[in-house]
Amino acid sequence: MFEYAPAPESRSVVDIAPSYGLFINGTFEAPGSTGGVFKTVNPATEEVLAEVSAAGSEDVDRAVAAARSAFGPWSALPGAERAKYLFRIARIIQERSRELAVLESLDNGKPIKESRDVDLPLVAAHFFYYAGWADKLEYAGFGASPRPIGVAAQVIPWNFPLLMLAWKIAPALATGNTVVLKPAETTPLTALFFADICRQADLPPGVVNIITGAGETGRTLVEHPGVDKVAFTGSTEVGRQIARSVAGTGKRLTLELGGKAANIVFDDAPIDQAVEGIVNGIFFNQGHVCCAGSRLLVQESAYDEVMESLKRRMATLRLGDPLDKNTDIGAINSAEQLERIRVLTDAGSQEGAERWSPPCELPAQGFWFAPTIFTGVTQAHRIAREEIFGPVLSVLTFRTPAEAIEKANNTPYGLSAGIWSEKGSLILAVADKLRAGVIWANTFNKFDPTSPFGGYKESGYGREGGRHGLEAYLG
Amino acid sequence: MTATLDLRASLHGLPGVDKVGVEARAAALATRSVKTTAKAAAIDLAIRMVDLTTLEGADTPGKVRALAAKALRPDPADPTCPHVGAVCVYPAMVPYVAEVLAGSGVHLASVATAFPSGQAPLDVKLADTRDAVAAGADEIDMVISRGAFLAGRYDHVFEEIVAVKEACGDAHLKVILETGELATYDNVRRASWLAMLAGADFIKTSTGKVPVAATLPVTLVMLEAVRDFRARTGRQVGVKPAGGIKTTKDAIKYLVMINETVGDDWLDPAWFRFGASSLLNDLLMQRTKLTTGHYAGPDYFTLD
Repeated sequence: MFEYAPAPESRSVVDIAPSYGLFINGTFEAPGSTGGVFKTVNPATEEVLAEVSAAGSEDVDRAVAAARSAFGPWSALPGAERAKYLFRIARIIQERSRELAVLESLDNGKPIKESRDVDLPLVAAHFFYYAGWADKLEYAGFGASPRPIGVAAQVIPWNFPLLMLAWKIAPALATGNTVVLKPAETTPLTALFFADICRQADLPPGVVNIITGAGETGRTLVEHPGVDKVAFTGSTEVGRQIARSVAGTGKRLTLELGGKAANIVFDDAPIDQAVEGIVNGIFFNQGHVCCAGSRLLVQESAYDEVMESLKRRMATLRLGDPLDKNTDIGAINSAEQLERIRVLTDAGSQEGAERWSPPCELPAQGFWFAPTIFTGVTQAHRIAREEIFGPVLSVLTFRTPAEAIEKANNTPYGLSAGIWSEKGSLILAVADKLRAGVIWANTFNKFDPTSPFGGYKESGYGREGGRHGLEAYLG
Repeated sequence: MTATLDLRASLHGLPGVDKVGVEARAAALATRSVKTTAKAAAIDLAIRMVDLTTLEGADTPGKVRALAAKALRPDPADPTCPHVGAVCVYPAMVPYVAEVLAGSGVHLASVATAFPSGQAPLDVKLADTRDAVAAGADEIDMVISRGAFLAGRYDHVFEEIVAVKEACGDAHLKVILETGELATYDNVRRASWLAMLAGADFIKTSTGKVPVAATLPVTLVMLEAVRDFRARTGRQVGVKPAGGIKTTKDAIKYLVMINETVGDDWLDPAWFRFGASSLLNDLLMQRTKLTTGHYAGPDYFTLD
């Protein structure tokens, strides 16, 4: 076997302070706040990276007030002026991309090749893209003189910390809104570095405020009466609570929630590329992807070939140090998430599905889960219905396109789906009947700032990205 | 007629190749970082896989003898440096190379069958092959008739390969698909299977004489073909990308691709070769850098 020697990316490019305060009204406050402090760890080693402040209700008040007072002048700026700030932010992100990529991998556990080659390029692209819209809003199709909404409360998840920040902040600022954003408690660091980028770009104080904290901080923020718009990405359970608390307040709401995407492989698919797509669909980012292709539907006539090929391919996946440039699968983001994956996979075995993982040594320290597939899964199994949010694939089979469509749609979710076939007419016919916000044909997990993203049913509502993504921030 | 139908049905029944997907996979594999000890092992393996090639109208006996001497001792200053896989020359040059290589373990390959166009009658191609083998070549690199392949005359191409294979006798047959002229990855996969079904010992990408030579995605499709062919028939076939592979970095990308597509069984000069000329000096330069810690200038490596 051709063994690759360790090829770690240097972590010396990033300078993490021992503790961080909140970023309100253009300044970093002293560490410690009314909600106390908490630690953020490197999930690959369990090493503490920094101590971060938990924003309490008084802190949230101040952040919302800062955003409110910044809103008037910011929204009054000509679009071209706001665009200048966004372009500047995008360029600084590109200049600091190596630093941010290493930081993202340290705090999140994702492989450096993903933070370097996927996350950071997309983050910059989102700011560039929405910078371009800032002076063209009258032509976006949302009325002759679209107006911003006001103060946006944005709560984002830990799976793509900086990318989800970009998805939220870029369209909000382009349309003239101001922002209070709360990153996830396990991955606050890149958002805090983004705060520094806002300062570097001379963004007016209060336009972007970053407050850190756990669920309680998030709840206080979205329930704050000074907020005009709530944007949330995360679990369906929390999304439901937010929808309830926002109901009747007049706040605008967009939710991007869970998923249980079907990845449908027909027997005339380009098999080698389909297998790559299956792997990318579920093992990309350790399966911590709301649109992950977590249910594989394979046509029975291609089942043996696909499964043999998939297992062979999975045996080459390299799990380990997220900072090693050759790592394909990094660490699970937290002990809590690891436990959830364990509970659901144990349920899969108990309910009678057959479990398989390639030979794979897990590091002693940190949170790890080997890439896993379950075969013999039926629609009634928990692993076919509930979102696992880990590197776990449930494999089901079908005989006819009608059966594939029926099974694919038989889920409370509807975020994404994939179709693999060399026959264009079949792809179009099936895509037409799938109830999912994003449908990929002969590819999976491809993102672009110009393309709207969002769900059906319990996967949420509203769209992010593209021209459609502007609508959520225009009155 | 039946043979034609069977071949057509088999070749067109192979799974399609998605262009975007195969290019993305090849690009992803190319980002692997191979350093230190892994790099040293890769360089030595790559040297052993080189088919050191000269295919010029201006080749002379003196030039090919020098090349053969270099094949035996690529780095005269370092006896630990392995010899290359083979020397590859035109049939007229085979006798001069054979003298130098005799008994060395370095193979002698010759391009035959009206290389590089393949545009000659079959009897000329067969005579070309027999002459090269008689002069001492133990590997024959033949070109397929791309015109016939693109016109869908698969039986014609098949029969030609069978005939050349027979003319080779004990010599190994490498079949050059000239992938730069096949236009699609689907065609590359079909031509690979066609050559293997007809008895090829190796499938090779290119002559090096058309603008597009070996690429990573084309080689990936060919590696998948030899992998699937062995799974189906039990017979292992080698792969040789040729043309345009000039640097150690390029060579290592191919080795990574073998490693993660077909595995160990093909990580051997018996089953994988690089058709190249300038690649060898870059491998030697990088090898010296790894052992001594500094780069020696080009004047420290022989020009052949």
